[in-house]
Order: sequence, then C-alpha cells, then structure tokens
Amino acid sequence: MINKTVKSLAEAVQDIHDGATIMISGFGEAGSPIELIHALIDQGAKDLTVVSNNTGSGNVGLAALIEQRRVKKMICSFPRTANSTVFPELYNAGEIELELVPQGTLAERIRAGGAGIPAFYTPASVNTPLAKGKECRVFDGIEYVLERGIKADFSLVKCELADRYGNLTYHATARNFGPIMCTAATTSIVQAKKVVEAGVIDPEIVVTPGIFVNHIIEVSNPAHESDLVAQKLTYPW
Amino acid sequence: MAQNVAVDIPDGSYVNLGIGMPEMVADFVPEGRELIYQTENGLLGMGAVPMAGQEDPELINAGKKPVTTIPGACFFHHADSFTMIRGGHIDVCVLGAMQISKNGDLANWSTGAANAIPAVGGAMDLVAGVKRILVITKHNTKDGKPKILNQCSYPLTGKGVVESIYTNLAIIDVKKEGLFVRKLGPNVDFEYLQQHTEAKLFQYTKL
Repeated sequence: MINKTVKSLAEAVQDIHDGATIMISGFGEAGSPIELIHALIDQGAKDLTVVSNNTGSGNVGLAALIEQRRVKKMICSFPRTANSTVFPELYNAGEIELELVPQGTLAERIRAGGAGIPAFYTPASVNTPLAKGKECRVFDGIEYVLERGIKADFSLVKCELADRYGNLTYHATARNFGPIMCTAATTSIVQAKKVVEAGVIDPEIVVTPGIFVNHIIEVSNPAHESDLVAQKLTYPW
Repeated sequence: MAQNVAVDIPDGSYVNLGIGMPEMVADFVPEGRELIYQTENGLLGMGAVPMAGQEDPELINAGKKPVTTIPGACFFHHADSFTMIRGGHIDVCVLGAMQISKNGDLANWSTGAANAIPAVGGAMDLVAGVKRILVITKHNTKDGKPKILNQCSYPLTGKGVVESIYTNLAIIDVKKEGLFVRKLGPNVDFEYLQQHTEAKLFQYTKL
C-alpha cells in the first residue's frame, strides 16, 4: 500500500544531507513551509544550496536557516524584502553566495529541471549583466540567452490539501513555486494543512499529481511568517 | 500620471502592474472599461485592497501586499504565470524606472553600486515578453537629475523595450527617430521639459 504520509516533521526531513540542494516554495510568506524549514534547522544539515524566490524575513523560516549559517548559496530572484535583514548582512560580509536569476527564468529553470530539459533559450536578461558569460543565440531575428534547468535533491513545499498518494491542492497565491518544485526534486517533502482520504480531492482539481511527491506531513495550523516577525521571534525559539 | 496611463489602456486588456507607482493606475480606469490584472506571483483577476481585518497573508500581489480576487479570477503556478508574461499573452505592463534612454532602454532593478543587494524579480521577463511596456516615473530624481538620458548608466533591465513614458511633466513616446512629446503637463512648456531631460526631445508637429 502506498502511503506517503509521515508521522513527524523530524521524520519528513531526516534524509536531508550536508551539501544538498533544496528548493523551498513561497513568494514572500505566501506558501513558505515554515514548519518544515524549522524542522530542517533542528535536523542540522549544512552547506546547503537553497533555491527560493526570496531570502525570508525577520529571524524565522528561511531567514533563520540562513542566520544559522546553514546555507552556503542562495539561488533567487529577489533577495531583499520588507524586514529582510539576515541575508543582506551575510551577503555584504561575503559569507553567503548569491546567484541572481530573473523570476520567470527561475520558474522556467525549475520547470525544465523537473521536465527533463537540461537547458532552454529565453529572451529575459538579454543585454543585461545577468546574461554575461552565457551563450546567446538569435532565433527569427530575436536574441535569446541559454539558461540551464535546475534539479534539486529535496524540495520543501507548503500545500493546502494532500492525500496519501501525494495529490495536492494549494491555497490562493501560496501556490507559486510549489507545483514546479515538486517536479524538480529527487525527494519532495510537503507540509499540508490537511491530509484527506484518497478520493476526497476531485481528480479534476488536483494541482500537483501524487507522482511528484514523496513525503507528506500534516501541519494543521501553520504559522504566518508576518505574525512571527511582528512578535520579533527568532528560531530556534 | 497614473490617470494618463490608465486612459491609454484599451478595454479588455490583460495588464500587469509593477510595484509602487504603477499600482496606482488601477484607481483610474475609465468607467465602462474592463481590465484584467495579472500579478506574477500567480493570480489573474486581481481585485481591490481588502477591508481591514479581511486580509489573507497568502492572497497577495507581486509587492507582497494583501489583495482580493474578482469573480472569475484564477490562480496558477509560477511557470504558468511567466508563460503568460514571456509568451506574449499580457497586453500591457506598467513599470517604474530609475533611468530610461532615448532608445527605450530601461534600467529599474539596480544602481550597480558595490554595496547594493541586487534584486531583479520579474522585471526582465516582463520587458522581454509583454506586448506594450509603459513607464510611469517622476521626470527627475529626488536630487533633480534627469532620468531620461542618452544612455542609461545603471545596469539595464531590457534594451529598446519602452513604448511610452508618463511623468509629472509630460507624456513621451519612444519612436525609432527619437523621443516625441505627446502631451505637456499643466504649466509645463517644451523648453522647460527639455531643460529637465538629458536626451533630445522632439515635437510631433515638427515631424
């Protein structure tokens, strides 16, 4: 019998190893799997490369993982946001690497990675510093830059509903990078607000097909990053 | 400024509004027109700002501010969102600017300063893929320097991408032949505008 649900957050992240590449869902706080990130902080893996649109805010979630010096490199499109101080400080001190990627290129690199496409041409960033050193080619009179697909060892994703097969739905704009990150990671680890019986999610509305998901943990009352930041909390508590 | 932009967006357009001043365009849509707003974090059919107490931290716009959905809205993931953007399905994008050149080059993501944390977001994808790029910006910088230049000194977002520039002093169209002033602001004359602009400006009547 297939049952991808696990019993604890610790079990969900136990296989993450030092040096792993991890995709973390979220656009700002929407869709950020805070509880899984905190479990990863507790678990101890280090020298991580993290692929995520932002770098977290305050001293919780992704910002806390960075603050704990567990991330050697960030691949992201927008590393500063309101209340985002941890990453800028470490970056200016030369203690963390940054690969800055246009947001749509980041999404497509992840999509391509998950779809078995090693590289693709995009018009975004042509004639800008972000295209420097990359192969350029003209198709039908328009210039494009070659970008590589990205794969990850693990993805940490937040969703709304999940069943034991790993079929997922999302909530509003918390969907963002979740579905594509599930496809691009060897092991996708998902926190769901609710785990339901197989068949409860109408097959017509499944967003992430279960084949892309490996571990599911129910977190029925997830924290909102902005609430934790407003309370000036730091993880570990 | 925002009103000038709004009247230039035709009924039925799919529109992406950048963060900051571009967001104000939504307040000035002429009566009778229906525009559909796309926000690149995954919503087509973005509605007004929610009432106090009704905010959902997971229903936000690209500026990470709470929004609502209109009836008929839909959510999607980022690869689909940028398929809309890069694939040429969005009709109009309104962006802010740090610098614009006479060729329509846009710089709006980084000053290139050594200690600046570079952050680009979706701007490069938007200028590469959206059919019409309109820029809304103060005509000059806070310390009075021109933003409309012969050549951008900051790193580019995209080359030759801007269609029109809407400032507090004028509306300027970017044409192959140069920058053409379509409309002067109240109490602004052409000479005054040129004095506050590095790039040479042209008047349509002199074509």
